[in-house]
Amino acid sequence: MGNVSRFDWRMPLKVGLLGGLIAMLIALVGMVEASQVRPVITSLLSLGQTLLLLVFVFTAATAARRSVGHEGSVGLLGVINAGLAGLVTSAVLVGLVLVGGLINLRAVLIRASPELYDLLTLGLGRGRGSLALLALGVLLGVIVGVVYLLPARPRRAVTVGAGLVPVVAILWSALFAGRGLSLLTAAIIFVAAAGLSYLWSLLQARVGDKDRPLSLAGQRAMQWGRWAVLGAIVVLFPLLGKFPSEVLDNVGLYVLMGLGLNIVVGFAGLLDLGYVAFFALGAYTMGILTSPEIGWLGPRLTFWEALPFAVLMATLWGVILGIPVLGMRGDYLAIVTLGFGEIIRLVVLSDWLKPYIGGSNGITRIPKPVLGPISLATPQTLYYLLLAGCLLAGFIAIRLKDSRLGRAWMAMREDEDVAQAMGIDLVKTKLLAFASGAAFSGLSGAIFASKLTSVYPHSFHVLVSINALCVIIVGGMGSIPGVIAGAFALVGLPELLREFAEYRLWVYGAALVMMMLRRPEGLMPEARRRLELRETETGSST
Amino acid sequence: MGILTAHKVTKRFGGLTAVHRFDVDIKERSIHSIIGPNGAGKTTFFNCIMGFYRPEEGEILFQGLPLNGRSPDQVTRLGIGRTYQNIRLFANMTVIENVLVGLHPRLRAGVVDAIFRTSRMRKEEAEALEEARRLLRFVGLAGKGDLLARNLPYGDQRRLEVARALASKPTLLLLDEPTAGMNPRETAEMMDFIRRLRDELGITILLIEHQMRVVMGISETVTVMDFGEKIAEGTPAEIQNNPTVIEAYLGRGSASEMLRSGN
Repeated sequence: MGNVSRFDWRMPLKVGLLGGLIAMLIALVGMVEASQVRPVITSLLSLGQTLLLLVFVFTAATAARRSVGHEGSVGLLGVINAGLAGLVTSAVLVGLVLVGGLINLRAVLIRASPELYDLLTLGLGRGRGSLALLALGVLLGVIVGVVYLLPARPRRAVTVGAGLVPVVAILWSALFAGRGLSLLTAAIIFVAAAGLSYLWSLLQARVGDKDRPLSLAGQRAMQWGRWAVLGAIVVLFPLLGKFPSEVLDNVGLYVLMGLGLNIVVGFAGLLDLGYVAFFALGAYTMGILTSPEIGWLGPRLTFWEALPFAVLMATLWGVILGIPVLGMRGDYLAIVTLGFGEIIRLVVLSDWLKPYIGGSNGITRIPKPVLGPISLATPQTLYYLLLAGCLLAGFIAIRLKDSRLGRAWMAMREDEDVAQAMGIDLVKTKLLAFASGAAFSGLSGAIFASKLTSVYPHSFHVLVSINALCVIIVGGMGSIPGVIAGAFALVGLPELLREFAEYRLWVYGAALVMMMLRRPEGLMPEARRRLELRETETGSST
Repeated sequence: MGILTAHKVTKRFGGLTAVHRFDVDIKERSIHSIIGPNGAGKTTFFNCIMGFYRPEEGEILFQGLPLNGRSPDQVTRLGIGRTYQNIRLFANMTVIENVLVGLHPRLRAGVVDAIFRTSRMRKEEAEALEEARRLLRFVGLAGKGDLLARNLPYGDQRRLEVARALASKPTLLLLDEPTAGMNPRETAEMMDFIRRLRDELGITILLIEHQMRVVMGISETVTVMDFGEKIAEGTPAEIQNNPTVIEAYLGRGSASEMLRSGN
């Protein structure tokens, strides 16, 4: 095999055109303009500009990466290709500006506003601005290409640094009423993140280094360090204030649901689209048992007294709804469970049960949880409740996964018939999956009810099931860290990016398609445990 | 009466009779082959034994117990293991996990044990792991336990399937074309391996096989099926010289050459 990375003008052209089309698309649907009001770096860079910038960076990076020859290094060719791709992307946008100058595109494309053209031409007017945009495209491309000249480790550090700045900026502006980072802060964040990432990868490299291996104590310290940082972030997060805690509470509800659905879909391979049913059952049980509005059912319970009932109720119905679908697989199962989800929603909405559970008026005045002297009324305190719930659910999910039952689920997911012929009782195994999935969802629903202090039938739309499913698909089927990553990406991010509210489904769809094409295994795919060759503490007990 | 007896078993799919009044008696600790052209009903008969299909008529007895009406997991628990014609491993699980799934019916741990990781469960898991490693060594897959099953080479996948079937401690093992797609060397190894299963573990082997070299080389008894019916039964030598078999199953002329070449 020789080095085949000869110059081929078609590749950067193709990549650049694609990038240009994407940039044009997000500009014309109005995303760029809508997020123009949100600064990333004060008076320098808005979120809208950052979006376009990211398109340029990805385009150039793709072009640079595709220039890799068999020798492995990108070389000067990568810089040229990346620059060309940047130029082509710019050219597409310049084309848009020029066409927009000749014909009035607004008749059809309502977002093709003068402000957009202004933004694209950097406020320099049509002629000079177009040239500036082209130059900027080439410049960005070349910068990305140069980054790709770096060896792997510093390149990663730069990527991490550059990637973290917009993330911090978005959080920052969400917290402080739309203020951006100052240029200095951004620079500090970039340097600090890149530096830390570099040091970390140095340490990590030493773990596998044969000549100078890191001592076992050192490795353990690394592990502990990582957990300590993560733990500190998780515990201290509510200090950021009310709004981020609120966002995190929603993320937590979906993490709980996702962990449960992950057992059903990810572990056992049973495609359940009616998962919202158990969320609703948990929420309604909480409402019925605690709200003073409900008079027909004896004394009012507190949150903690009602919680086990809510979870039990959901679990019970997980089994009851599981029985009729025992013989179904794949799409049939999906359709029937979809129906179950809707049935539950319609039942709670019905006039028939209105005297008991409020019909379309729902149940209100559900008390907030109280823990000793503290009322968990604020999003910040509720966050810890959810955190505890998620930790418990995550712990149980991990334990179940690494057990005989978890293996039976996985075997069933892989091949139901063969699993049965291996002596696995399908009825019991499936019902256990439905029941444990429903339990987590019921817990989530119960907390949801007391978080909002009310439940309404319309909260239990089929979209909740779909969202929970998306969370585990994006995160990585069967992976527990994946559920958390997925919930942050699909629930947390959209909350922070309120400007995109209109484009939420659009971004959702695009993200899902991208994931399926680029990373079908999810953000944090499930890792197989090493069993045979691991040094076991128990391995010697023969 | 042998370990497995089928009596007038009939299985129909709509108008098609896949197995028709089929009788067979498998002697304990024997190697018994079922041969027959494609579509003769051999695999259907396997599926009737395992409980995947319910025969319309007749009965199958295993160690004196009727198998009719039992589900596959119950049949497995009674002590029958099987492998598949087209390998059906749990492809996205590791090699050792495949074997651990095979151990499933021999383990007890439930949900509570799993969540609290009770000492009983830890002990059971450690023993299961040890047993799985032992089985992998037995079939010659030691050191490959942490690979994904789908990444194994073909011959190893067949071995893994056997290891998985052995994990449930079967007394009767049904092998569906264990040498399909193997080269002569792998085939010879598989034959030795099947003999070892019987000689070292005392397992009765019932196999479906197309390669005459294998059938004639290792079986003590051969049953010939055609259109769902038994047309002949006997020792390999008897089958080779049985005119009914030669005419009805192998056809006339050139096919009989093939039959003799197995000797």
